[in-house]
Amino acid sequence: MIKTRRVRNLFMAPFAVWSILFIIVPLLLIAGYAFTAEEGGFTLANLAIMGRWEYRKALWLSVALALASTVLCLLIAYPLCLILAQWKLKKGSELILLFVLPLWMNSLLSTMAWQTILERNGLINQLMRLLGLPDLHLINTPFAIVLGMIYNFLPYMILPLYTVLSAISVHLREAAQDLGAGPWHTFLHVILPLSVPGIISGITLVFIPSLTTFVISAMLGGGKILLIGNIIEQEFTATYNWHLGSGLSMFLMIFIIFNMILSAVFERNE
Amino acid sequence: MTDRFVQGRSVLSADMWKRAAAAVILLFAAAFCFTGCGDDEDSDRVVYVYSWGDYVDPDAIDMFEEETGIKVVLDEFDTNESMYPRVAAGASDYDVICPSDYMIQKMIENDLLMPLNHSLLPNATEYVDERFYKLSEFFDPGNLYSVPYMWGTIGIMYNTTMVDEPVDSWSILWDEKYKDNILMQDSVRDAFAVALKLKGYSLNTTDHKELEEARDLLIEQKPLVQAYVVDEVRDKMASGEAAIAVIYSGEALMLTFENEDLEYAVPKEGTNVWFDSFVITKNAENVEEAHEYIDFMCRPEIALMNFEYITYSSPVTCIKEMEEDPDYSESPIAFPDIDDYMDPEAFEACKYLGKEMDSYLGSLWIQVKSY
Amino acid sequence: MKEVWKKLYALFVLVFLYAPIAVLIAQSFNASRYRGHWTGFTLHWYSALFENEEILEAFGNTMLIAFISSVAATLIAIVTCLAAAAMKKRGRLIVTGTANISMLNADIVTGISLMMLFLAFGLRFGFGTVLLSHIIFNVPYALLNILPGVMAMDKASYESALDLGATPFRAFMHVTVPEILPGVISGFLMAFTMSADDFIITHFTKGPGVDTLPTKIYAELKIGIKPEMYALTTLMTGALVLLMILLQINRKHSRNLAQSVEAIY
Repeated sequence: MIKTRRVRNLFMAPFAVWSILFIIVPLLLIAGYAFTAEEGGFTLANLAIMGRWEYRKALWLSVALALASTVLCLLIAYPLCLILAQWKLKKGSELILLFVLPLWMNSLLSTMAWQTILERNGLINQLMRLLGLPDLHLINTPFAIVLGMIYNFLPYMILPLYTVLSAISVHLREAAQDLGAGPWHTFLHVILPLSVPGIISGITLVFIPSLTTFVISAMLGGGKILLIGNIIEQEFTATYNWHLGSGLSMFLMIFIIFNMILSAVFERNE
Repeated sequence: MTDRFVQGRSVLSADMWKRAAAAVILLFAAAFCFTGCGDDEDSDRVVYVYSWGDYVDPDAIDMFEEETGIKVVLDEFDTNESMYPRVAAGASDYDVICPSDYMIQKMIENDLLMPLNHSLLPNATEYVDERFYKLSEFFDPGNLYSVPYMWGTIGIMYNTTMVDEPVDSWSILWDEKYKDNILMQDSVRDAFAVALKLKGYSLNTTDHKELEEARDLLIEQKPLVQAYVVDEVRDKMASGEAAIAVIYSGEALMLTFENEDLEYAVPKEGTNVWFDSFVITKNAENVEEAHEYIDFMCRPEIALMNFEYITYSSPVTCIKEMEEDPDYSESPIAFPDIDDYMDPEAFEACKYLGKEMDSYLGSLWIQVKSY
Repeated sequence: MKEVWKKLYALFVLVFLYAPIAVLIAQSFNASRYRGHWTGFTLHWYSALFENEEILEAFGNTMLIAFISSVAATLIAIVTCLAAAAMKKRGRLIVTGTANISMLNADIVTGISLMMLFLAFGLRFGFGTVLLSHIIFNVPYALLNILPGVMAMDKASYESALDLGATPFRAFMHVTVPEILPGVISGFLMAFTMSADDFIITHFTKGPGVDTLPTKIYAELKIGIKPEMYALTTLMTGALVLLMILLQINRKHSRNLAQSVEAIY
């Protein structure tokens, strides 16, 4: 659509200014802190601290829980978006808003509400008692944290997926079927490949916030399961050790690079 | 039909887009105007106050504005830690701030505060109990910079339907009987204060060996702990989710009214006596107004209003006689015998221990939490 | 898949998403200030809400900032995506990578860097600085939602519109916009959400006396969340659901109308 280099650069200008001022500058700031010591001078100590068991454990847990919630979000959202996209085509109903509205409520309040649901004397256990069933131990477990992540970030998976799936024209599907492809074949060879950009966006939008969250692990994990986000938050606030906090943030950039590789591999070449 | 429909929609959307674009440009311009011009105050006397949220009776502020003609611009923070960078960077010019003990010391050490002019604070001198000035010396030697606004202790709240024995020691938090029924504070200093006091050490210790012992004690306790909590402690105790919790005395009073099974105890090994005090910033532009504001809050009738509003203990102790509701005036949580707290070995306020100790304590706490 | 199963599945996800909101609604009628401790039914918090000007003002600020910032961020993101689509794969990866980094940064880092930047520019902290910072952190969320649509766009139809004599602007409005619109709406919705929910960045870029709902809610934590907030949440949910229903009815209505017009011809 944009054919000349000049127009393209003009269109890219706002983003370029934005990224220099608000990405590159803070990034340099963080890098500056990350590679220096409190007393000044270059050091790798702030990154090397990842070698200590307590930091390794927190990172491993964060990655595991973030991966779990990302995969679950994808598994929950994909069928839902297929259904919604189909309904939109057939009946013209835009139900998507209904699935995004819960996000407009304050996340601190809704996470507190999850406490009320999952607690020992919470709603689920009161229901269990009413049914004469034994109590469930839900709150302050990894399960509760993953549940909190899914709740908070599921709409971030739904939105980009829904966008691509509803854009895949019904004609394309019909055409594939006319050529004798079964529903599974159509899905695997037509719908799935075409929805890859949405999947990548969704994975990014769920995985990154899950990796860095600290409120959810503090409130639903009872503070007993320490994630990397909690450590970074502590270094930037309570202990005011910006060098270490920045070092840990830099470490997380690895996952951005992973993500870029992922996008590079899966994005269609035109 | 279909074609016309599509065409109609596009025309509409093109129109909408134009209007939207125009609106955005307009709003952008307006936003920059807000930023650039700012609003000139018509009232010439004003004081900028930075305080904990909901930490003063709004009626008291109205009365202050009416009496003095000084407009109060109130801004609120949620933690000392989120307040500090704003003030240190000079993001806004606050006059009066109301931080906690150790943070006041940190601000003094970083040269962010202005020494108070005590001749402008007659009420603070007369009505704030001198014993609190003495306790404040932990973090503000000579009482040069701060006037106590609210104070309290850290203690144990327990539910009498779940705890039969008398509670008088921190050691109950290590009792296997209460596994999964204990709530600890999710903050470095508060958690370590508990362990250090149980060991008989100072909560301001910088001895690495003592701190490592405290860490090991906290790791030993971790399997018994239901959760490390901050503000959720109130809800969880009110609904009977846990039997025992480490809690600030200020929150305890309201909770005992809410749920009559709850009791509060200050352990015999001693504890942290905490303060939220008024200070004036070094770059304050409205110094006189700031003093007036602080002194107004120290008036007994105003201190009483604030006490009834927040239900934290006030260092203006004479309000005990003025309080008409016996639920409040006879509560040992709201009005404890301060002479009990005058042993500086047992009852200490939190000091700021310096950047290096902060990092060290932080790394020990990460080991506890990650274990 | 049978239609019933589809409906059940969608319903299941909806129950999951609305369960905590139902809890908040119940709490708004609870006489106790404490969560999970039911002491009786009351409407007191609703009357308290309407007397609390600060909360209402914070609500207004939140909505205004969220709306303007997400419109602005969406516009920036559209332009960027169009340019990115014209770039080679490597350039595009750099664009998305940069956008990702800003989402990875701890909020407090973004917040404090913005505070320092605004100080360096000598801006006066207030509504404007909050708005500016929200536009800034909303851009990547809008971008990641819009880019897939732009990439999947059928470039031929824009070209043929030009061949048929349309000006580039008209061709853009009539061909490109409808095609990328779903992504744009998604991007706008997500940006709106991020903005309405942000606490930390707002905290560091606001001035005295300018509050949003999140800054109010966090400040209340020391003494305890006021149930007025639950009442407000209830009213917001009610209003939004009502709006949805009206939209749905309106759509059905106009479809019926269209069908009857068709029948007449």
